[in-house]
Amino acid sequence: MTASKPVQLDVARIRADFPIFQRTVRDGKPLVYLDSAATSQKPVSVIEALAGFYRTSNANIHRGIYELSEEASIRYEEARARVARFIGAARSEEIVFVRNTTEAINMVARTWGASRLRAGDVVVTTVLEHHSNIVPWHQLAAERGIVVRFVDIDDTGRLRLDQLETFLRNEPVKLVAVTHVSNALGTINPVREIARLAHEAGALLLIDGAQSVPHLPIDVRELSIDFLAFSGHKMLGPFGIGVLWARYELLSALPPFLGGGGMIRTVTTEGFTPGDVPARFEAGTPSVADAVALGAAVEYLEAIGLAAIRQHEVSLLDYALPRLAEIPGIRLYGPVGADRAGVISFTLGDIHPHDVAAILDTHGVAVRAGHHCTQPLMRRLGVTATTRASFYLYNWEADVDRLVAALREACRVFGVAG
Amino acid sequence: MSDLYREQILDHYQNPRNYGTLDHPDRSFEDSNPLCGDRIRIDLKIADDRIVDIRFSGRGCAISQASASILTELVKGKSLDEVRELGAQDLLDELGVPISPARRKCALLSLKVLKAAAYGLNEWPS
Repeated sequence: MTASKPVQLDVARIRADFPIFQRTVRDGKPLVYLDSAATSQKPVSVIEALAGFYRTSNANIHRGIYELSEEASIRYEEARARVARFIGAARSEEIVFVRNTTEAINMVARTWGASRLRAGDVVVTTVLEHHSNIVPWHQLAAERGIVVRFVDIDDTGRLRLDQLETFLRNEPVKLVAVTHVSNALGTINPVREIARLAHEAGALLLIDGAQSVPHLPIDVRELSIDFLAFSGHKMLGPFGIGVLWARYELLSALPPFLGGGGMIRTVTTEGFTPGDVPARFEAGTPSVADAVALGAAVEYLEAIGLAAIRQHEVSLLDYALPRLAEIPGIRLYGPVGADRAGVISFTLGDIHPHDVAAILDTHGVAVRAGHHCTQPLMRRLGVTATTRASFYLYNWEADVDRLVAALREACRVFGVAG
Repeated sequence: MSDLYREQILDHYQNPRNYGTLDHPDRSFEDSNPLCGDRIRIDLKIADDRIVDIRFSGRGCAISQASASILTELVKGKSLDEVRELGAQDLLDELGVPISPARRKCALLSLKVLKAAAYGLNEWPS
């Protein structure tokens, strides 16, 4: 894939930071965790940040006139600032804490979409998308009569940008909503190019960063995008915390999302005036401890470096793809090249992916099998499901070896011949 | 060899019994698990409230298909009253392998389809 020599990660040392690897599964087998596209494991620093917040800093934020509350507020806002720097945001107020990527995309649909889109307006998405970047637009189509268009892929699993250009040229496209990295195929989409095309046509660009922010260096200004959604739990952080980023001017012009405490300036019996950005979008008590722990996750990732993590995953892909290709009856999906993330979807003969995953599980190998919340993509590929292995910074070649050995065992059990 | 894929399961998956369709079934029903794509159809021939012939067809994971094959052997010749008494655990016992919560719907799809075909009860067997 790439000829450049990676900065070698010290994987043994990284693994020592992740307590989960001390346990075994299925009667004493070491854990081979190849499902980081679903959720990542957590380093001890994140676990300690989460527990430590409750142990020493726990109080509600922004209102208490006492030391603990001030401290909790400071730590919450420090986490916001750290996340902002991590993705190259111009200011920390551009970071809205939400639960996850799904909530972030829904917030865009419910605030920007509901205030700016009229019947006949077009949102362009793609067949690569996770359901979370499809269903909110279908909902707006049902409620407001907007039109949702889908950019197809070619047979290598790459987006048909020519189709995107046709939509942008011929239809009133107001938003292009596309994933940065496909969770099912690992395709890395050309975001800079998509941003240029969208902006030339006067459309905004929403990027689903759930699979990219944890794995690639991201700079929202350099990429020239308008909305970025991502989840903490896929980037070493805890469940229940995610981020919507948008440019400050864009956020400032949007109506609130949920109504309640924290998001207002004033409330009277006659009505309310919304608060400033980002408080306007964070009604109710937020997941303070989870945000603080996400800050610790970002700190961990920054210490290792996203470029080094990306290089490590490329090396694992280079190691895995040829070895997997030799397995009888295997069919590998997704592009081969520099635009491929550490996600490998495959089918094995006519064995159902659930059976493949069940055999792998008996060998301690954790993978995902199913439609990966990408039913339109599965239909496009002509399959009901695939088995998916996905890498992160704590995986190493031994994991690939155990995957390959277990897949050969599945072939033997089910009589798949070469 | 893993516990889940003991010889009996693989044998029924690879050589399904009573596989196919009936030309003029008295009852017929088909259902699927949309999450995993398992699909089962069952055709019944009924005489004197008894299942005198049965065929299943479908596609999906080994557990769902082997379970259907085993179920057809279990109920062929049985009365509809006996089928009514058949519970989820009875079929799970017949399979003879540990079924995890995630695979329960694979294992029980055939029984669900059979009960819908036999007496129109379209719900997950308990």
